[in-house]
Amino acid sequence: MRFVATTQQIKGRNKTLNKKRLLTSLLAIASSTVLIAGCSSSGTSEEAAPAEESAVYQGPVGDTPGTINILAWPGYAEDGSTDPAVDWVTPFEKESGCEVNVKTYGTSDEAVQLMQSGGYDVISASGDASLRLIYGGDLQPVNLDLIPNYADIFDNLKDRPWNTVDGLNYGVPHGRGANVLQYTIGKVDPAPDSWSLVWEANSPVAGKITAYDSAIYIADAAVYLMSTKPELGITDPYALDQTQFDAAMELLKQQKPLVGEYWADYTKYIEAVQSGSIVAGTSWQVIANVLNGEKETVGAVKPKEGATGWSDTWMISKNVEAVDCAYKWLNWIIKPEVNAQAAEWFGEAPANSKACALTANKDHCKLYHAEETDYWSNVYYWKTPTETCLDGRTDVKCVPYSEWVKAWSSFRSA
Amino acid sequence: MSTNSLAKVQQYLHKNIKARITALLLLPMTWLVVIYLGSLAALFITSIWTVDDFTNKVIRTFTLENFIEILSDRAYLNVTIRTLLIAASVTILCALIAIPMSFFMARVVSPKLRPVLIALAITPLWASYLVKIYAWRTMMSPESGFLTWLLSPFGIKSPGYGLVSVVLALTYLWLPYMIIPIYAGMERLPNSILDASSDLGAKPFKTFFKVVLPLTYPAIIAGSIFTFSLSMGDYIAVQIVGGTFQMLGNVVYQNFALDLPFSAAVALIPVIVMVLYLTLIRKSGALENL
Amino acid sequence: MILSKNAKIVLTIFMILGMTFIYLPLFIVVLNSFNSSISFSFPPEGFTTSWWSKAAQNSGVKQAIITSVYTALGATAISLVLGTLAASAIARYKFFGRDTLSLLIVLPIALPGIVTGIALNNVFTNYFGGLTYFTIIIGHATFCIVVVFNNVAARYRRMGSSFEEASMDLGANRIMTFRLITFPLLRSALLAGGMLAFALSFDEIIVTTFTAGAGQNTLPIWIFQNLFRPNQAPVVNVVAAALILLSLIPIYLAQRIINAPNNN
Repeated sequence: MRFVATTQQIKGRNKTLNKKRLLTSLLAIASSTVLIAGCSSSGTSEEAAPAEESAVYQGPVGDTPGTINILAWPGYAEDGSTDPAVDWVTPFEKESGCEVNVKTYGTSDEAVQLMQSGGYDVISASGDASLRLIYGGDLQPVNLDLIPNYADIFDNLKDRPWNTVDGLNYGVPHGRGANVLQYTIGKVDPAPDSWSLVWEANSPVAGKITAYDSAIYIADAAVYLMSTKPELGITDPYALDQTQFDAAMELLKQQKPLVGEYWADYTKYIEAVQSGSIVAGTSWQVIANVLNGEKETVGAVKPKEGATGWSDTWMISKNVEAVDCAYKWLNWIIKPEVNAQAAEWFGEAPANSKACALTANKDHCKLYHAEETDYWSNVYYWKTPTETCLDGRTDVKCVPYSEWVKAWSSFRSA
Repeated sequence: MSTNSLAKVQQYLHKNIKARITALLLLPMTWLVVIYLGSLAALFITSIWTVDDFTNKVIRTFTLENFIEILSDRAYLNVTIRTLLIAASVTILCALIAIPMSFFMARVVSPKLRPVLIALAITPLWASYLVKIYAWRTMMSPESGFLTWLLSPFGIKSPGYGLVSVVLALTYLWLPYMIIPIYAGMERLPNSILDASSDLGAKPFKTFFKVVLPLTYPAIIAGSIFTFSLSMGDYIAVQIVGGTFQMLGNVVYQNFALDLPFSAAVALIPVIVMVLYLTLIRKSGALENL
Repeated sequence: MILSKNAKIVLTIFMILGMTFIYLPLFIVVLNSFNSSISFSFPPEGFTTSWWSKAAQNSGVKQAIITSVYTALGATAISLVLGTLAASAIARYKFFGRDTLSLLIVLPIALPGIVTGIALNNVFTNYFGGLTYFTIIIGHATFCIVVVFNNVAARYRRMGSSFEEASMDLGANRIMTFRLITFPLLRSALLAGGMLAFALSFDEIIVTTFTAGAGQNTLPIWIFQNLFRPNQAPVVNVVAAALILLSLIPIYLAQRIINAPNNN
């Protein structure tokens, strides 16, 4: 066989070749785009609505082994990887025969996105994520008859509007807490009792302040304005009309030069405090607990203006393979012993009334006001702001969460 | 397949250049067009759609609101300019460091030493990107970092987390990507040209600027593709050493979860920049030097 | 080129400074893997080897390394095949549209990783059911193709077609020619491209974040999750230090092979 093609011959054949190739590639791009665009997808919905009663699992909860992927706030589903002595996942795995994979997230927005991208079976969702997931059709209603430990939950945590829709329950409560003001002992004197430490331009710790890196933090600005600018008339930091919202954004802009870093990853926050670059800011009790593990380094308080907070619910994804394992987990995590462990590790008020007797620190429930009501009167649980004002006003429109996100994104980019 | 039909196929392919080229390109092109271009198209189509306010699911109605938002909000112009400036600074710094180093390795040291030096120079590619940035974080820590310790006899602290740290960290991270093509380019320079230049009386500096640099210019541009593109899209380095400011990558990342159309629209910015950049440098022959 | 002594000194100093710049952070990483304090302040407070033993026992990191190796091998294999095929056509034949195609091939690495990441994530989660180990490999292979392509194309251009022509003039068919002539000449380019592809895939975090599913941890993802954790961050440093030290030798050997005398 002889290699005979000369350059002339190659060039000669090019004309038909090039046009054909270009055409085929264009066709391929066009057809794949049309195909993709035309396909009906699970990512869109015309009418987002919560599920129907028939979707509820009837049970009974069997002993089928399986694996569940859990999406949790850090500290909620400890499996020994943070601290080998802190583990209530492995005992669950042993008792139930189910395998558990835990993934933690930093903000509710991250939680919603991860849940919607699929692959997760159980989630601990705060009030600002739960309704979005319910209305987005990502969850299934929970059959409380299959969860015996639910009976012992505090009454004022049952059937709350952020996890119960149209009479259907979508999960079991985990616990509740406030976002605290954390400060490094010795760097802030005297111990602070007001959020002014992080909002006012003359703060003694300017440049070393941190703030939560999520649009929901705008509510914290609103909480501060409730005390400093009562003329704005804010009663619910999640129900802000345009004037109130703009005031909150102004406050945030004023705060920005004081902020060293915004945090969404709690471990990065811990590292920053340990290395000294952050001295004060909004925080979770679990962060303070970890920092105080060996020696007391930080203090944490709920300032006099009140604070935002959260009340979390364990929920089940719509498409779960190991649904028995999911129900077993829900029953396990609100069990008095486990709820006590989790609440103590995280630093929050437990949801199970029987947990209070089982905490290692006998004063835990008193410390976290689990059985009181006054304490929670100025704790504003995270919830998703909607256009219909959540405080009941009908004469104005409130700013919906999507606008919060846009404003936050613009604010952070500036 | 029997040897007879195999031979027939071979003969056909041998005689038919068109078929040969098509056969070779079939697999890679299908992959790139269908998987890569297809997914890019699917993404950028969403930029003309919008999301449901409450559930964050994509709604397929035509709207230009995402683009209007980007163009009308000053903050996004700021972040774009900031990102471009950072990318440009990083590219220039990388080039300034990589050129003398590559020249030294390619032309000054003996051929025996070359593999050792170039291996040492590109080993950082094998160290984890995240760990390297984190090392910068600990180095730049204003209270207890290495830089503060180094500067303490002069009474100054490290600049802490911010613009300077980001530029330094990114320069550090992308340096190997600049060194590799420049080194290859300089190594390829025929000795004859350099000798000729010396013979004609040019001092080494002059030879370097008038002969070496212009000849390796395509390689430098090739390296710049990496540094520019990697900086345009980076969102992790900023989170770790950047303090409070953001780059385009952060805007894309933040909104991806809740507002994919908006995120896609923002993502168009670096894509347009890079496509423009690529078309501009095509003439320079940089693409052969990657 | 003949350089003056001054020029040589200046260049050498610059080289030393450059190498210091390159190795200082790596040195700090290795240092921190022995640092007894978890806050990594400088100067280090104490010396300990406990992190190294903890790392050896950590099952999470071992699993992550295995996952990374498998996905990197998969991505490298795919990209070796696809990149060589593409280079064989583009570097040797001239045809209209060739420039556009070579631009297309460069695109995955020229466009920022986050764009590739969200594009693939969008398609995988909405139209293909979810994220799996296979989706990770697909994401990696897409940009690894470029790397292999570049190396092989460069080698083809330097090689010229004379060897193959001679071989076929002597009676060998195409497959034999490829096997006995072309492939040995390409080998070192394939090695260089493959190694770079493996390195890129092994260390990739941005695209992987978007293409890895629940519980699928490659090493960079594991590192990302544990980077700041007080009890795990030192383990991360150990892993990084080990990687640096382990990779020095293969890189040196590879460079010897790649820069062997058949160049220029």
